[in-house]
Amino acid sequence: MTEAVIRVEALFKAYDTPAGPFPVLKDVNLAILPGEFVAIMGPSGSGKSTFMNILGCLDRPSEGRYFLSGRNVAELGKDETAALRNRTIGFVFQGFNLLPRMSLADNVALPLVYSAIGHAERRARAQAVLDKVGLGRYADSLPSRISGGQQQRVAIARALVNRPQLILADEPTGNLDSHTGEEIMQVFRALNDEGITIVLITHENDIAAHAKRLVRFLDGRIVEDRPTLSLGLSPASGREKQTFPPLPPAGEGTGERATS
Amino acid sequence: MIGAMLHEAWRAMGANRLRTLLTMLGMVIGVGAVVLMMAIGQGAQYAVAQTISSMGSNIFVVLSGYTSTGGVRSGSGNAPTLNVADANAIAELDGVDTVAPVHWGSVQMVYGSNNWNAWVQGTTPSYLDARSWPLAEGASFTDSDVRAATRVALIGRTVAQNLFGDENPVDKTFRIGQAPFTVLGVLAPKGQNLEGRDQDDLVVMPLTTAQRKVFGTPFQGSVRQILVKAGSAEAMPAVEKSIEALLRQRHRLRDGADNDFTLRNLTAVADTAAETTRVMSLLLGAIASVSLLVGGIGIMNIMLVSVTERTREIGIRLAIGARERDILTQFLLEAIIISVIGCAIGLFLGVGGALLANQLAKMTVVVSGSSILTAFGVAAGVGIFFGFYPAKKAARLDPIEALRYQ
Repeated sequence: MTEAVIRVEALFKAYDTPAGPFPVLKDVNLAILPGEFVAIMGPSGSGKSTFMNILGCLDRPSEGRYFLSGRNVAELGKDETAALRNRTIGFVFQGFNLLPRMSLADNVALPLVYSAIGHAERRARAQAVLDKVGLGRYADSLPSRISGGQQQRVAIARALVNRPQLILADEPTGNLDSHTGEEIMQVFRALNDEGITIVLITHENDIAAHAKRLVRFLDGRIVEDRPTLSLGLSPASGREKQTFPPLPPAGEGTGERATS
Repeated sequence: MIGAMLHEAWRAMGANRLRTLLTMLGMVIGVGAVVLMMAIGQGAQYAVAQTISSMGSNIFVVLSGYTSTGGVRSGSGNAPTLNVADANAIAELDGVDTVAPVHWGSVQMVYGSNNWNAWVQGTTPSYLDARSWPLAEGASFTDSDVRAATRVALIGRTVAQNLFGDENPVDKTFRIGQAPFTVLGVLAPKGQNLEGRDQDDLVVMPLTTAQRKVFGTPFQGSVRQILVKAGSAEAMPAVEKSIEALLRQRHRLRDGADNDFTLRNLTAVADTAAETTRVMSLLLGAIASVSLLVGGIGIMNIMLVSVTERTREIGIRLAIGARERDILTQFLLEAIIISVIGCAIGLFLGVGGALLANQLAKMTVVVSGSSILTAFGVAAGVGIFFGFYPAKKAARLDPIEALRYQ
């Protein structure tokens, strides 16, 4: 059996509040294998963003174990988790999070700066991934000169530049209209087809339908974990919305942001 | 890596150009003030040291007592209580290097159509030794001139200029009253002494000539003062005591009777002057350092603002793999660049200001390599010291909180 990219066992997370510890994650167990495309859904406050932060080594669990590519993250020092974020994981955020004063190429190359890679190679690799997301000719523009959908493509390029095994995306289409969101999901699907493991949080059933597996959080627990119906379908037919029956109602407003 | 970080620091500074320049201005003023004040302070110390060395080092002056006529007392040096024998006796004491008895007064001199009033020191050739006073031209008189009371003289630069103008005074003859005097040499110029008196406005001649042929004195061999040069600065206290004991014994003063002479330690006067300028330059440096401190606080303030403004950026950087020390280095580098560039400009302006003070106010300034190095070291230190706390604050940010920051 191949080793799981992500394996969490009996994960608990509680935040300290003046009224005592407030549990956010309660006994979460999950394994994600290489090449999976997982959509995480759940209402606001269900713990999915906290879970994502732990997966991304930005936060640590209160209890339980988290193995990233077989390594127990709790045993790693700060610099080692920084290296994991730099080389093993690529982040894509809802708000794109590009640095406004840097050209697109410099933004994309930024993770390479922290891998101590030389200027010429940084430039070449940034150009290559920008080409891949179709924005190569804007390499020297500033982020403010391009549209939101294009900015998210640049953010994906930045996540890809250090050739990670895993991409974590927290509502990557949340700030985009549905058409642009679809385009971004096509990019994710193409990456997944290349073998990159993708975990994304979304509120929208249409977006979740692009994934191969759906994990639903409620009140700090995983309440549903099943393959989506797109699994095994060809990408072409998978794009047809009517191919998917409506997913069970998630019981959440469309305007909310992930704040769990 | 460091190249990329320098580039980023430069870009971040460029994004808030006015703010960066104003922060830098704090450093410019601080460093400029320190450099200028150090130059002026060291210049003052240098000037005083020059003056002190012009007096001669390790020197005592023994002045004869005063006269008292019907309750009216004259100043020291007027009573005939010291004589050449006293001087010879002092010369025998341990620790004494050179002794020169001096009889002084002022005279009117005439050369051609010029006349000039100058201070005359009648003394022995050792006077020039004691005061470490070389000749610019000609030669000194000798002990045989003293024995024979020949009419020869050495003149100071001021006297030479006023009496002889552009002529070379050596071997020329001037008159005091009706008596002709031959100029043997011209003394090297010394400038002003600590009281501001022109030391070059004087004539030096053999003691006996001054006593017998210029001033005349009812007491043969009496002198107004004796110049004593000790062998070393360490020997001075002991020499001072033994001179006093010797003179009291020679003058047969009973225990409890006042001295009929006055002993002055010129080095003590010089030390006071040196100490005064040292304190002054320390004070100037301290005041200037305060402005450097204020400049440093300005850097810290702006860096803190910058960290707050860029919280989200720091969050992004941490999320994509920056280590704490990468963030620390980035912000520290910015603070150091600001302070080092500010320092370079400040150095330039400070040295310029010092040269201007030298040109316009005729102030002695000393710009030493060590003061420039110190200024640079201090500026880098200020950058690190005041940049460290904001940089540490940035590096310690929680990436999740930082990413959420709007």
